[in-house]
Amino acid sequence: MRARVYVTPKAGVLDPAGKAIEHSLHSLGFGDVQGVRLGKYIELELEASQGDPRHRLDEMCRRLLANSVIEDYRFEVEE
Amino acid sequence: MRWGVVTFPGSLDDSDAVAAIEGVLGDPVTRLWHKEQSLHGVDCVVLPGGFSYGDYLRPGAMARFSPIMERVIEFASAGGLVLGICNGFQILCEAGLLPGALVSNCSMSFICDIVTVRVEENDTAFTRAYTNGEVLKMPIKHGAGCFVAAPAMLEELEDRRQVIFRYVDSAGRATADANPNGSLNNIAGICNQRRNVVGLMPHPEHACEKLVGSDSGLGLFRSIKTAVTDAAGRQRESVPSGL
Repeated sequence: MRARVYVTPKAGVLDPAGKAIEHSLHSLGFGDVQGVRLGKYIELELEASQGDPRHRLDEMCRRLLANSVIEDYRFEVEE
Repeated sequence: MRWGVVTFPGSLDDSDAVAAIEGVLGDPVTRLWHKEQSLHGVDCVVLPGGFSYGDYLRPGAMARFSPIMERVIEFASAGGLVLGICNGFQILCEAGLLPGALVSNCSMSFICDIVTVRVEENDTAFTRAYTNGEVLKMPIKHGAGCFVAAPAMLEELEDRRQVIFRYVDSAGRATADANPNGSLNNIAGICNQRRNVVGLMPHPEHACEKLVGSDSGLGLFRSIKTAVTDAAGRQRESVPSGL
């Protein structure tokens, strides 16, 4: 089965990358963009036999995939 | 005393740290491969600069799980002295040995430059050879050196005097222009609450000889050396906690 993990900067955390992208979009004429936050998308292929992977995915996110000081995460599982 | 310098896959400045410690300070160094399960009795552990694991996912995110890090965390928890330089600082934050995190430079570019930092607290094992307010010149070379922390944590760091080095101009003022990467409060280096773990983005190991432009980094290594040898003189057995 496949899991899709979305890691995003926490609200209120300085996101220089998002800011830089916002400025670039403005330079390109997209002045209606009022904010950009840049995150990560991670795809994982998981062994189907291990049952509901949500608990383990949560642990993967907490321990490695996201830094809880600066990032939030959410994930979806596709059978 | 004996120093330990860790090498992770992708570490770059491990040899420079060894050269500064062995060549300039004159102390023995045990090089520690990241897979080792022992610190071999060193008195201080240095996590060097570089691009461990290619900075993949986040700088330091994977290095913090290297086998040697279990020993480093144990050592730090028992009061042992740990110094993280650049990528080493990133690894310490990822490992939770230091608060906050290092994110991309606000300029979104990799910066290779000489900066001036002010010693904010000279009551630590890492800064006792300096005077408070002393301005040091050191190189930086990083793409993700912007220190961030939640507002409450930032306040705590300042209140508890855990900010050890701050980016300043040559007149010693912490201005926006003096800040190379957008770090909150111009923070260049911090310590943990117990004051036995320090991380900084500038490279003191590249500033130990006037020949290369500055020897103001030498004081950091000298401080650690005197802290360890003084403590060994007072008490042979255990590692000092903080100063």
